[in-house]
Amino acid sequence: MAQLLEFTLNGRDRADAVADNILLLDFLREQIGLTGTKTGCDGGECGACTVLIDDKPALSCLTIAATVQGKRVDTVESLGHDGQLSAVQRGFHEKLGSQCGYCTPGFIMASAGLLRKNPNPNDEEILAALGSNICRCTGYVKIIEAVKYAAALNAQGVSP
Amino acid sequence: MNKPVPVHNIGEYVPMIDGPEKVSGRAKYTADILKPGMLAGRIYRSPYSHGEIVAVDVSEALKLPGVKAVVTGADCDKGFGVLPIARTEFPLARDKVRYRGEPVAAVAAVDDATAREALRRIKFTVRELPSYCTTRAALAPDAAPLHEDKPGNIERDVLFELGSTEQGFAEADLVREGSYNCAEVCQNQMEMHAAVAEYDAVRERMTVHASTQVPYYAHLMLSQILNMEMSRIRVIKPHVGGGFGCRTETLAIELIAALLARKAQGTVRLVTTREETFITHRGRPETDIRLKIGMRKDGRITAVECDCDQRGGAHSGYGVVTILYAGSMLYAIYDLHNVKYVGRRVLTNTPPCGAMRGHGTVDIRFAFESLIDEMAAELGLDPFAVRRANFLTAPTFTDNDMMVNSYGLPECLDWVEKQSGWRQRRGKLAKGKGLGMACSHYISGASKPVNWTGEPHATVKIKLDFDGSVVVLSGAADIGQGSTTILAQTVAEVLGLDLSRVRVVTGDSEVVPKDNGSYSSRVTFMVGNAAIDAARNLKSLLIAAAARKLEAKPEDIECLGEVYRAGAQDKGASFDEVVTEALKNSGTITVTGNYSTLPESQGGKKYRGAAIGGSMGYSYSVQVVEVSVDEETGVVSVDKVWVAHDCGKALNRLTVEGQVQGSVWMGMGQAMSEEAAYHDGLMLTANMLDYRVPTIQDSPPIEVGIVESMDPHGPFGAKEAGEGSLAAFLPALTAAIADAIGIRFNDLPVTPDRVFEAIEKRKRALEKRKGNGGAQ
Repeated sequence: MAQLLEFTLNGRDRADAVADNILLLDFLREQIGLTGTKTGCDGGECGACTVLIDDKPALSCLTIAATVQGKRVDTVESLGHDGQLSAVQRGFHEKLGSQCGYCTPGFIMASAGLLRKNPNPNDEEILAALGSNICRCTGYVKIIEAVKYAAALNAQGVSP
Repeated sequence: MNKPVPVHNIGEYVPMIDGPEKVSGRAKYTADILKPGMLAGRIYRSPYSHGEIVAVDVSEALKLPGVKAVVTGADCDKGFGVLPIARTEFPLARDKVRYRGEPVAAVAAVDDATAREALRRIKFTVRELPSYCTTRAALAPDAAPLHEDKPGNIERDVLFELGSTEQGFAEADLVREGSYNCAEVCQNQMEMHAAVAEYDAVRERMTVHASTQVPYYAHLMLSQILNMEMSRIRVIKPHVGGGFGCRTETLAIELIAALLARKAQGTVRLVTTREETFITHRGRPETDIRLKIGMRKDGRITAVECDCDQRGGAHSGYGVVTILYAGSMLYAIYDLHNVKYVGRRVLTNTPPCGAMRGHGTVDIRFAFESLIDEMAAELGLDPFAVRRANFLTAPTFTDNDMMVNSYGLPECLDWVEKQSGWRQRRGKLAKGKGLGMACSHYISGASKPVNWTGEPHATVKIKLDFDGSVVVLSGAADIGQGSTTILAQTVAEVLGLDLSRVRVVTGDSEVVPKDNGSYSSRVTFMVGNAAIDAARNLKSLLIAAAARKLEAKPEDIECLGEVYRAGAQDKGASFDEVVTEALKNSGTITVTGNYSTLPESQGGKKYRGAAIGGSMGYSYSVQVVEVSVDEETGVVSVDKVWVAHDCGKALNRLTVEGQVQGSVWMGMGQAMSEEAAYHDGLMLTANMLDYRVPTIQDSPPIEVGIVESMDPHGPFGAKEAGEGSLAAFLPALTAAIADAIGIRFNDLPVTPDRVFEAIEKRKRALEKRKGNGGAQ
């Protein structure tokens, strides 16, 4: 069965016919071609598919698309304004929080979710917010630096 | 007026030039490729560990509406494999299956649900054979061979003795032996294996997009498997989400996708699950090592005897090379003589192993560093002192003919010793805390490629046209390590230009020169040198053009990047003006740069396979690891790592740091939690919850010291940075645990249950002794 899904995606209202059982991840990637959100595992293991639902990080691979009815969903494609990278994007780029880049959209969305809620997180809060995202390249050292740098940029007025 | 100056980037912190794509979600990986009319591919995998194939009945699958093609072993009778001597694997099994999960058939259907349903309709019948899932089982005298031509299930045995171990042990003051076991580990790169194959039936051409580290090897194997001329094939490597060695050989994935696309006369996207990515494997083999070392009182090593068995899995893959590396890389870190090595690569009914980061060197280094650490303690020597007693003096050739031109191990030792506060803090930490150290090294590219054609080891082209942008064309495969950035940096540096002038095109066989691929840490060294050569050739053309324009002699022209001038008083000509002048003669300019390794770097002939290990440059790494051990629970936490890496010259300090931290951390996973476990050939850990990768909460701060030994042959002096720091973590960790609680672990991973059990065992032994004492 299909139903009409009305929600706000990356700041724009839309209405899509979605199958009852399609995952938000597959809807984004396969149905509407927003491939920035990544599939990294067989379900809930790695965090690569993290998006924001009403500003809270969520695993799109464990979310039925139809359940975001009336909600706001933000993917990595929503970040950055006026052609400029967002604070979190700049952090991951300039501090090398991203190497192969595959886990990056998930980490970036989890970090953006953190900074929207808590603009000045301490180390413990950063680790807790990113505890369910796996990166296989960086050893996380530069990811932590990236998030701290993003928080500093955010404090200077760059949106997270 | 500001004096024009060339722009420099080498040695700076340079963010990756493809970073903006990655952080914005615009970077396309193979699974992100969406083509109109694209079919979904799925693989049917063997549920048996070992069996003779009786039938693969796909008739019911073909009847399912929406199924466009089904392929089986009958569709391809050609074997594949990275080593020309060992192409024993078929894209889809024929005659026999040899591990659980081996591809047997594949379908292409209009959507994924239909493809999955089609798989359920395949009837696979085998005559089951006994399976041998451990080294011991496969080597048992009555074990049947997995491959007819490999009796005893030995893929390859290696034996060499250089010098005399008998004499060496006689000269020793202390001789000790140890046995070590390192569990099989997987790369578990974040991007699951994927391929998109497009078959153009009208022109009989095939385009394959693949998540590979070696587009050229994929090209070779596709040609062989499809029985198509290479000129009809195009291989595209999109962004690749990590590799760490599991994609340094062609995988069945891209071959099956192509077979399906041709049969369906269309486009097929084949994206594997995480479970399938695990089962495709190509990780580091389970390794059993028996090691004997002789040492003088001053720490000088006098003899080494090493026996190494690797559980290779069902097919060769890189296996022959892996077992050779384990022996050859005993050398080139310390001044060793009197070395005997016996290696056996064993075929088992488990997924094939491969060339995982630190290929062949990691488990051996764990054993070696562990044993010399223990011997140092017994001799009352500091662990640093033992290493210092065995330095090489570069330039030199080792006994197995490896050419060492630069050697930053001493400086690495000095840096971590000082930075970690070793002398002040070792032995004085709180209860349950400890410090350990160890060394490791790695090659900067194999001097002899596995597919030897006589061509240069690397070729880079640069195109310069009316727009004045410098376009670098290279087949080097960026898999996240930053090779594209290094190409831009080296070319910009030679020309004195800002990085914004340079664009890099990679990853499409239709456009870029062939490259052997990203493995054995060859790219910065070899492709970097070729890029410098190409840039210098371009610079010569530009200087000649500037000389014409400025009516001066070429030798009087000074290149200042954006300005070329004849002498300090000359206003000169801008880069764009020089380009315009240069184009007058030839139109669009393309220049080529090449790099070839020196013949004397290509290893020796003292034993069969002695070329493996030969490299133009060796990196060195030293680590100090600080741990806290909770003796109640057995949980070990790594509080801090100090690592010094001799990369010759850091072309990009940011990416060198990132590579070194990533290596150390991957070593930590292997040492502490990662293990591919099987039950009767069924992988039990084929997901990221059971295969336990450290999370951000488990991971320590890693402080990196960059040591620059300025290799005489490296590009601007550089050597590798992406692998050499992995191995040292393992023995440094177990040394730190030994320092903390007095128990040394020789089996990896050191999981909490192993630590807990060892602590309990010691407690029981102590109590028993007390009990006995009371009775006397």
